[in-house]
Amino acid sequence: MVNNAIVFKIDGVEVRGKPGQTIMHAADEAGIYIPRLCDVEGLEPQGSCRVCTVKINGRTAAACTQPVAPGIEVENDTLEIRNCRRDIVRMLFHEGNHLCPCCEASGRCELQALGYRLGILQPDKYPYLQPVRPVDASHPDIMLDTNRCIRCGRCIRASRHMDHKNVFGYIGRGINKQVGVNGKNLAQTNVHIDDHAVAPGICPVGCIIQKRRGFYDPVGQRRFDLHPIGTEIEKTPKGIKK
Amino acid sequence: MKKKRISTISLAGCFGCHMSLLDIDERILELVKLVEFDRSPVNDLKRFKARCDIGFIEGGCCNEENVHTLRKFRRNCDVLVAVGQCAVMGGLPVMRNAIMHSKDPLRECLETAYLNSPYVYNPTNDIPNDPALPLILDKVYTCAEVVKMDYQIPGCPPSGDILWQAINALLNGKPSDLPSEVIKFD
Ligand code: SF4
Ligand code: SF4
Ligand code: SF4
Ligand code: FES
Repeated sequence: MVNNAIVFKIDGVEVRGKPGQTIMHAADEAGIYIPRLCDVEGLEPQGSCRVCTVKINGRTAAACTQPVAPGIEVENDTLEIRNCRRDIVRMLFHEGNHLCPCCEASGRCELQALGYRLGILQPDKYPYLQPVRPVDASHPDIMLDTNRCIRCGRCIRASRHMDHKNVFGYIGRGINKQVGVNGKNLAQTNVHIDDHAVAPGICPVGCIIQKRRGFYDPVGQRRFDLHPIGTEIEKTPKGIKK
Repeated sequence: MKKKRISTISLAGCFGCHMSLLDIDERILELVKLVEFDRSPVNDLKRFKARCDIGFIEGGCCNEENVHTLRKFRRNCDVLVAVGQCAVMGGLPVMRNAIMHSKDPLRECLETAYLNSPYVYNPTNDIPNDPALPLILDKVYTCAEVVKMDYQIPGCPPSGDILWQAINALLNGKPSDLPSEVIKFD
């Protein structure tokens, strides 16, 4: 079969994909950004956050797990889809304790960056749940503040597939679903500061924190200070759209 | 054009948002041509003199006086704007809600603050309890949880530029187009 054989459309623009490739991957290569949280380069997609929701021939699907198919029409940057993503990101903000002014991930946090990109200004739609969640500071090098965890499972997949350790895993169900560690606390596990699972960029938010490196980039030079999230993928950056 | 009346107040905040208003720098001269300040820490006026067009609120509600003040503002201002993360979502004071692990969280919070922390010097071993002190609430509430807010500007604090744009938009009745760089949650 010829490479790039599958031709389909994203928002009316013709895109070529390879067999077995996901819509998100093909979009990335075509310079079209589809917002995402649980997906990150290098890890198997999990399809759980639904921020990458698109419409395929009128039906919603997760772009990070849905394979490309010939002739499909994908809706990505439409008002309806943008509103859907805004609601998902809003819910994530309201479900945990996201106090950005005192968070070490601020400025490089993907949740926050998506808030900016999706133009979330007024937090008036959902109540703040303000749950009471543990902070695990037992480990000498790593800290876990589950108040900020969005349960994307990136640390779980990185620990399992890259570190072959299974340090992180889900515990509980429904709204009580949490990320837990395979020991009494972090200090009781075999996690190491050099593990992929705890490297910056795996946890999209400020849940996994490397100690003694706090606030390493000054304000103004942090990852998303200069360019909105997604502009590294976009050929024609659009930034915030209401 | 008749000058608009503006009022501002700090509830459970650090005054950083008020300081940020001063960051509009020399544009403050333009501002005083457009508006008249009513009750505000800017002119140290403690009570309303007249009904106001716009009220800016810094900080959320952590004690009964905050609630009282906020309700007064709602009654006396046509448009109410929450300025900064403290007013919008509780900001740093709201950490008190999130760290309440015990059965008696408020007591633990006060005991940690006044008795048990390593750097506390408190020879009488009292937790401040003067009748003149406003009663502290069970938890910190956002402004929108207490009264209806019309607009909310995130940031800790929002920059002088964004405040300037917001004020102008409110005065002209037109929404302003905010570039992404000025929108901050921190
Ligand atoms: S994890 Fe992100 S959104 Fe949450 S407090 Fe930290 S910077 Fe803000
Ligand atoms: S700790 Fe971070 S990487 Fe792991 S699930 Fe939570 S948010 Fe995702
Ligand atoms: S938002 Fe920030 S600057 Fe404004 S009152 Fe709260 S802590 Fe101070
Ligand atoms: S990025 Fe596709 S579901 Fe999370």
